[in-house]
Parts: sequence; C-alpha cells; structure tokens
Amino acid sequence: MTIILGIESSCDETGVGLSRLDAAGGITLLADEVASSVEQHARFGGVVPEVASRAHLESLVPAMRRAFDTAGLRLSDVDAIAVTSGPGLAGALLVGVSAAKAYALALDVPLYGANHLAGHVAADTLEHGPLPSPCLALLVSGGHTQLLRVDDLATSITELGSTIDDAAGEAYDKVARILDLPYPGGPPIDAAARRGSPSIHFPRGLTGPRDAAYDFSFSGLKTAVARWVENEERAGRPIPVDDVAASFQEAVADVLTAKAVRAAEAEGVDTMIISGGVAANSRIKELARERCAAAGITLRVPKPRLCTDNGAMIAALGAHLVKAGVAPSALDLSSNPGLPVDVISV
Amino acid sequence: MLVLAVDTATPSVTAGVVELPEDGAPVLLAERVTVDAKAHGELLSPHVRDALAAAGKTLADVDALVCGVGPGPFTGLRAGIVTAAALGHALDRPVHPVCSLDGIAAQAVGEPLLVVTDARRREVYWAAYAADGARVAGPEVLAPAALAERVAELGVTRVAGGELGDFGLVRVGAWAPTPVGLVAAAASALRAGGVAGELTPLYLRRPDAVEPGARKRVTPA
Ligand SMILES: [Zn+2]
Repeated sequence: MTIILGIESSCDETGVGLSRLDAAGGITLLADEVASSVEQHARFGGVVPEVASRAHLESLVPAMRRAFDTAGLRLSDVDAIAVTSGPGLAGALLVGVSAAKAYALALDVPLYGANHLAGHVAADTLEHGPLPSPCLALLVSGGHTQLLRVDDLATSITELGSTIDDAAGEAYDKVARILDLPYPGGPPIDAAARRGSPSIHFPRGLTGPRDAAYDFSFSGLKTAVARWVENEERAGRPIPVDDVAASFQEAVADVLTAKAVRAAEAEGVDTMIISGGVAANSRIKELARERCAAAGITLRVPKPRLCTDNGAMIAALGAHLVKAGVAPSALDLSSNPGLPVDVISV
Repeated sequence: MLVLAVDTATPSVTAGVVELPEDGAPVLLAERVTVDAKAHGELLSPHVRDALAAAGKTLADVDALVCGVGPGPFTGLRAGIVTAAALGHALDRPVHPVCSLDGIAAQAVGEPLLVVTDARRREVYWAAYAADGARVAGPEVLAPAALAERVAELGVTRVAGGELGDFGLVRVGAWAPTPVGLVAAAASALRAGGVAGELTPLYLRRPDAVEPGARKRVTPA
C-alpha cells in the first residue's frame, strides 16, 4: 500500500490531496482540501496572478494540515509526492513546486513533477475507476480547452486540438461581463440559460470545412454576443439576458461536443471523459450525453468537485505514475508554465 | 543549537547550516549560494540538501530554521518562505522570520548603517540601523534619489547591500543576507525558544491589478 500526496497551485486554487494505491492497483481518495482565492479576483473580472500567488503562500501549509487531519494520517505515512509543475501561472506554480520539494526532501520520498492537464483526466479515475485504452478527454475550464487522446494516463497523452484564442471558461467570464452577470461567469450564465431559450443564432467558431477539425475558437463568439447586445441597446430594446445566455451556451456546447464526438469516432475510441471547471455546465453535459449516446460512446464526467482544480487529481495522477513505475523527478525540478500536455511527468 | 538559514529576497539563492552557541556569535558550518534571480524555486531545496551534507548533518539534526521574509521581489521571495514553512512543518521545528535587510545589517554592526537592496522598477528596499545594530527606520521602498535625500536625516555613515544609487556613504558588508547574518539577526528569538513569529512576507507593494473600467464597445456608437 502506497500513500501519495498531491499538491496543486497552478491557478487560483491551492489543493492538497491524499490518495492510496493498493496492491491490486486500486486508487482511493483519502483527502481533498482546497483553498480558493476566487473571491479575491472577482472585482478584477479574472485571475490576478500576484493575488493568486500570495494566496497560495498563505494557504499551502494550513491546507496540508487539514488534509492530514481529514485522512487521519501523519506526514511520515507519505510514500511519494506529486506536484503540478505545469502548465499554469508561473508565480503560482512556484509556490506549490517549492513546497513539494521541501516536503520530499524532509520526508525523504520520491517527488513527481506532474502535468496539470493529465491530472484533470486522472481525477475521473477516482470516481469511475481505470480508463480504457485508448480514450478521449475533453478538458474545459477557465484556463484550458483541450481535446486529448489518452493511451496511457502515466505515459502517453496526445493533444488532438486546443483553443487558438480564449479558453471556454474565459469566454463565459467575458460574456457574463457583457450581460452584467457576476464573475466567475460559468454558474450565472448556466442559471440564466436554463430560464431562457437559445433563440439567437451565434456563430460556431472554426467549424468551416477548411478549419482545423479539432481546434476551438471562442473569441469571435464573444464578439458576436457583444455586437448583438449593443445593437439591441442602440435600438432601445431591453436585453433578454436569459435568451442571450442560452444562445451563447448552446453555441459553446454545440462546438465542444460536436468536435469531441467527431474526434472520438475518427480515433476509434469508445469512451470520452469531460473534465475541468466548465464540465459542470448543465448544457454541455446534457448535449454530450445525447451525442455520445447516439454515437455509441460511453461518457464519463466526474462530479463537479473533482472537475475543478484540486490536489486530489494530482494525488490520483501521482498514484498512476507510481503504479506505472515512472522515474521520479530530481530535486532541482523547476516549474514550467508552458509544459506541453504530452509531458505527463518531468 | 543547529540552525538552518534560507533567504531568497535578493537574486541570491541562499541556504546555510549555522551553529549558534549559547553565548557569542553564530558559526557557519556550510553554505550553498547561487546568484540567479530566476533559480530560487529550482535550487533552494538542493542547496539545503547539499549544505547539510557538506556540514556532515542531516535535517533531523536541525533544531530551528531561520527564513528571510523580505522585502524582496515577489516571486523569488515566496520560494524561500514556502520552502522554510514546509521544512518546519515536516520536521516539526520552529521557523523564525527575519527581515532580510536585518540579515545584511547583522554582519556590519558598528557605525550607523543604511541597507539597500534592489526592489526593481528603479526603486530600492531600505532600512536604517543604529550603531548597536537596532533597526531605527524601514523597511520601506523608495526611489534611490528620494532615499539619498533622507541620508542626512537618518544619520547613517555607511551603506550595505547592492550598488543601487549614490548615497555618499562608505560601502561595507555583504550585498545579500548571509546564513550567519540571518541567524545573528534571529539570535535572541532562537535562544528564547518557544513559538516562532508568523512567516509573513514583507511585500511592501500592492499587487499590480486594476479593476476593469466600463466595457469596451465592439460596434461604433
Ligand atoms: Zn485546471
């Protein structure tokens, strides 16, 4: 039995997770502590890197203490440490990586610098068990929009496509601002959309015949929403916020799920995972479920708590790395804000 | 008492193992120092490991830690503080915070002293010390020219730290805190034992962040 400590600090959540890898290869989540600085960013309408980094420094050791209390474990029980070494915000990553290195040195255990994006995929295995090989993962959050082919969670992930401009969650934040809804934009737009109807047709970015099949673009959609709202304002008509939200959300859900299902079919995979903060969105889940069912694809979406950034997903990925016998990182490990997704551990 | 000292408030990545006797000055057993403003996160833990090995000690031998808490440019500063906090937590040892400028001043006690370090953006972090080494002003952040105008009023005769302006003072001491300086600055707290102070970073500046103004229109008004 192996206890793995996972530390995450790539954006605005300080996460500490503990997982247990048993002899049969099963992975169990023992603790999942998250301290979020999201409220400190609200008035700026987006994550402020320096504010996030300061919050990580304040929250890290207290989150560690809470995680070990929750799990009923002592630090000396830890057999390996995994830490998000990228991608993410430079100053934020540095806090988690520096802490993880100090814990690894003090506890004399192996350290794994791990990929945040692979962590999002690994989170699903905590809830739904091992992944079939190969499978497809769609990661959607404020920071990422990626379509991945996963052949082995510990050793082989390939990017099929990603956003060429805004992340899906970023588009939600920007449209929320256009509609005078609060930050972060995901939950209020989802709530408004459920009251409205998708009666306005907004453009689906990068869906032309000559566009990259698996890349995404949300910048044009955001501008189209702004233009539509401004025209209505100029005409002196009240803005039907619920309908605009529903129409925007429909455009996002349509493009994401259509491209993901097409990729799954082209790659010949029968299982799709959707993870990341935006995976909690009701319409994206609903449309993905419909389209996956029609295409005979099994859809796996972890519960919202596991979809957002947390230490549990890194503790899970760490368990997969240990299980696969991957070589640990050296103590001079450094964080890499631009770590490519195919580098699962460094 | 065996003390592990770390500081990342300047471009120097500093870790040292220091023996603090019951009376008298701290003695350096081993240190590892690299000057690279971008390497704090990468090198600090290896420096701790290597300094301990060079001193013939292990982390289990460490009785207490001392950590420079700035002022210092933000990103690197946090690497040192979180490393010290994590080591203190894992080893269950107290971590004593020291103003990093005090760590420089402690190695140059004598006549009244000004300590300056690079705050970037054409400003310096500074503090002033009396002949007995007590801090009498600062830490603050100022443009070198504005600080130079205050030199007479501060009554200092010497300057330590970086070459960051013309203050008309005699240069002395180190440009970055040394392990011995850090331990000397924390000596009374270390000897008193008990609970260490909060490891609160001395940022001295607010985060650069502006609240968004009115939304920009995408169509002509
Ligand atoms: Zn994420």
